[in-house]
Amino acid sequence: MNAPQTPHALHFMPSAGFRARSKEVVDNPFLRQSFRGAMDFLMSKRAAQFPDPVELETLRTLGEQIRQYNLGKLPELLVQLESNLTRNGIQVHWAETPEEANQIILGLCQKHSAKLMVKGKSMVSEEIELNHAAEAAGIDALESDMGEYIVQLAHEKPSHIIMPAIHKTKEQIAKLFHENVPGVEYTDNVDALIQIGRNVLREKFLEADVGLSGVNFAVAETGTLCLVENEGNGRMCTTAPAVHIAITGIEKIVEKLDHIPPLYSLLTRSATGQNISTYFNMISGPRKAGEKDGPQEVHLVLLDNGRTQAYADEQLRKTLQCIRCGACMNHCPVYTRIGGHAYGTTYPGPIGKIISPHMLGLEATATMATASSLCGACGEVCPVKIPIPELLMRLREESFSAPHENPTMRGQGAGYNATVSAIWRGWAWVYRSPALYRLATWLGSRFNWLMPSKQGPWTSVRVPLKPAPKRLRDMLKERA
Amino acid sequence: MSARDRILARLNAAPVMNKPEPDVAAWFAEHRSEETPAEKAARFRHFIELAHAEVYSVSRGGWLQKLWEVLSAKQIGKLLVAPGTSHGQRAQSELSALGIDCPSYAEPIENWKETMFHDIPASFTAARGAIAETGTLILWPDADEPRLMSLVPPVHIVLLDAANIYNTLYETMQQEGWKNGLPTNSLLISGPSKTADIQQTLAYGAHGPKELVVLMIEENV
Repeated sequence: MNAPQTPHALHFMPSAGFRARSKEVVDNPFLRQSFRGAMDFLMSKRAAQFPDPVELETLRTLGEQIRQYNLGKLPELLVQLESNLTRNGIQVHWAETPEEANQIILGLCQKHSAKLMVKGKSMVSEEIELNHAAEAAGIDALESDMGEYIVQLAHEKPSHIIMPAIHKTKEQIAKLFHENVPGVEYTDNVDALIQIGRNVLREKFLEADVGLSGVNFAVAETGTLCLVENEGNGRMCTTAPAVHIAITGIEKIVEKLDHIPPLYSLLTRSATGQNISTYFNMISGPRKAGEKDGPQEVHLVLLDNGRTQAYADEQLRKTLQCIRCGACMNHCPVYTRIGGHAYGTTYPGPIGKIISPHMLGLEATATMATASSLCGACGEVCPVKIPIPELLMRLREESFSAPHENPTMRGQGAGYNATVSAIWRGWAWVYRSPALYRLATWLGSRFNWLMPSKQGPWTSVRVPLKPAPKRLRDMLKERA
Repeated sequence: MSARDRILARLNAAPVMNKPEPDVAAWFAEHRSEETPAEKAARFRHFIELAHAEVYSVSRGGWLQKLWEVLSAKQIGKLLVAPGTSHGQRAQSELSALGIDCPSYAEPIENWKETMFHDIPASFTAARGAIAETGTLILWPDADEPRLMSLVPPVHIVLLDAANIYNTLYETMQQEGWKNGLPTNSLLISGPSKTADIQQTLAYGAHGPKELVVLMIEENV
């Protein structure tokens, strides 16, 4: 989260961290098996929800059009949303950075002398590292989504945006509960484990002073915040405590309620292969006079954190179409092998690779876009048709081209290496001229013994590359 | 300049990319067809049962009998009701006579939160309507029938009039004119609370009701 702010500074975040973490997971057969199994499960569940390819295609096109239409009107819709939320009694706050968002949220907690904040699942709250900031401010921030609760107990971060504890086995969770929840015997029965979580967290919902949630869709015309969930913890967080604070990225906004049914259907079917989630919670105001429950205050924090940078470029703006279903990671051959933690960013997988550079700068994320075989699966399954492979190519260009004035992205050129660049320029030059090409291949075949035996990462698992002693051209000549 | 102004200024400085408004109505007209009330009731039932809810068809006058049977079968002796509603009032007056304790949600939650969380095994509310396509109940909690009734008690029993089942969420929004104003909280509920967060194993009763029972009033019952 502490990427340098100056666009021209070339502070390298070594890719070694990412590579080393990836290697660690690839070497761990248990994690490999967990992720493979989970991804296969999610892929087949999604496929079963879309039996009709025509329906799927037309619905994806509709989803894309809805997102692009709304992004096209984003500044005006944000103002409309703010005015309608305010009319409904919901207080709106704006934050440019994670630090500002934390200040706003913790300020509200302090105003209400809150000691305990229960949290519904919110990736934006992970993005701003709210739990750390809350801890520093002496406020207990407790995750209440079962997966998030498990991950928090283990002092880890979610490894998947929809299934946070997907990297853990039930035996690991059983041990975690036994060791961390007072009075709990070891059991790896999933129903029993869920009931343990339920009982612990029920007391917290009862006690909590503040509930925090994310937002799946914010509807400008009615001033409504929509939340999608299965467990009911989101409803608990937004209903039981006296204060509800919601946080969202500025892009998750639609103009009309009409836009919700297609996006909601695409979201649940793409994410977990459900035709609908258990709960769809539409919040259009705090408790009104005469009502007997619901929060007395509702707040919304609108977060930028690099989203306006993506918005400023016609191609990169497509990143903001995302509805956070996670289908791209479920179908990604890289994610399936290395899991979510290897990326080191809040958002892992293909969506993480295209959104994180805007949040953290390319200084910290230069190599992320290279962790892709460009197989295209992510783009093919994206419910709102984000051209993820195309954006990965663009980000590679932004990372590895020579730093220039007025870059589109923070950290442009962070991965630039003059030697590598010169080698590629030379390569292009040789391949453009038949005479040079002939000369180069002739030299290569005569002096192939000069090739080093250690050729960087290539030779760590392969034999060294060496030009053949005879060129194809020479062999053909001999035959003739 | 405030954070708000700076964010809006950056967005307004970006290239304008106006796109035509997509025709959501046309998509639904082409891909979803009308159904008869009986078909809608059957489809609703199919999907909400797949999501682990119990559904009983009842007559307009006979739902109380079924409610009593459900409570007896589950050995539930206490039912939270909303006496400000006609169904809540009827449940309270007739079930009390049968030995079921029927406390009212009469006071703001702050006055009895402990009891609500620890001592209410079941609740009874109505649904405003339902959606056939996904097996979904529509609830608009209000002063009489507050939000937590459908969330905190481990068993939630819902009275639904099958005449109020729509084909799709889109059709519901259109026909009921939701864009003209929504209540403070409106809900779609498609089964009991669940989670698959531990090794993708489905478990019910995560944080909300463990059981969801629908008493569906149908004309031909």
